[in-house]
Amino acid sequence: MKVLFRALLLSCVALAGSAQAADYEIDTRGAHAGIQFKFKHIGISWLVGRFNTFEGKFSFDEDAIANSKIAVDIDVTSLDSNHAERDKHLRSDDFLNVKKFPSASFVSTRVVDLGDGKATVYGDFTLMGVTKEIAIDASVVGMGNDPWGGYRAGFEGTTTLNSKDFNLVLPPGNEVELALYIEGIRQ
Amino acid sequence: MPVLNQRDRYGWGMISIHWLVAVTVFGMFAFGFWMVDLDYYHAWYKKGPDLHRSIGVLLLTVMLLRLVWRILNPPPAVAAGLSAREKIGARLVHWAFYLMILLIATTGYLITTADGRGLLVFDWFEIPAVTLDIENQEDLAGEVHWYLALVMMALASVHGLAALKHHFINKDQTLMRMLGKQHKETP
Repeated sequence: MKVLFRALLLSCVALAGSAQAADYEIDTRGAHAGIQFKFKHIGISWLVGRFNTFEGKFSFDEDAIANSKIAVDIDVTSLDSNHAERDKHLRSDDFLNVKKFPSASFVSTRVVDLGDGKATVYGDFTLMGVTKEIAIDASVVGMGNDPWGGYRAGFEGTTTLNSKDFNLVLPPGNEVELALYIEGIRQ
Repeated sequence: MPVLNQRDRYGWGMISIHWLVAVTVFGMFAFGFWMVDLDYYHAWYKKGPDLHRSIGVLLLTVMLLRLVWRILNPPPAVAAGLSAREKIGARLVHWAFYLMILLIATTGYLITTADGRGLLVFDWFEIPAVTLDIENQEDLAGEVHWYLALVMMALASVHGLAALKHHFINKDQTLMRMLGKQHKETP
């Protein structure tokens, strides 16, 4: 009886929590989201590309940002740097080896609220089969009712990876900047 | 020696084209094989593929002209003493060369033009891209290009070994007449 009571109590707490934090699905169907990467080309300029295919969900509670969660799956084969032969090379086993590692993912583990709509999102990033913790500097772009009867929230986040942590050599420097622009539709 | 093919011998026109194409085909394979593994910072990293593409277009052009020539001015009959099976085999391989070069050139073109950019032949002119909307076209075309090139090398080796066999074992005129050294009175 005591056990049952505790289970009930726990589920009430859980329900109360989930009522506050809303779940969102990233609007990849409408392409109101993007994942860009950039790294230095021969140390002279930036090479910018993106992943065209990905999907993700997040939960966000304006009053308790630290309770937010996000998970994103990236189809690495959808890499697009606006140059077919370079894409082919980046997908090959010289770099991302997409035949062996077709997907990458990010799953948040904790969120630190920095106030003012800013937060640091820590989480496990998996690329080329290697999982490492990364920190994404995130901020709210905006939120509110959309013109078609839904409710949306938009964020941006940036992080800098050392590609070598993921067994990916990208000379010179191995530094890759990732930028996420996501718009979620409340479910 | 006349430029045109005669009933019993090759003219120097076809002989020149034959050896030019032979050297180019083996050269293109070796060059392509070498250039795809060049280090990004190698001086030939950019020049190599540019040259490979341009020569490829010229090779295909020569093969198409050769085809027209062949139709208007057919090669001589095969050397006397060949079995029906050998005749058919030789014929199949000859026609396969035309088909293979067409296919290899086409798949090469499909790698380069996958993102809609044209193919630059030296700095003379550009062949526009055709939009096919095949997903990751450059990867697919690249694989097919490579395997067709391997088949081409196998066929060319069979062709060359067959010529040596005719020269050293059958002791007929097959090889000599492609070198322009055939005697007028062949047995």
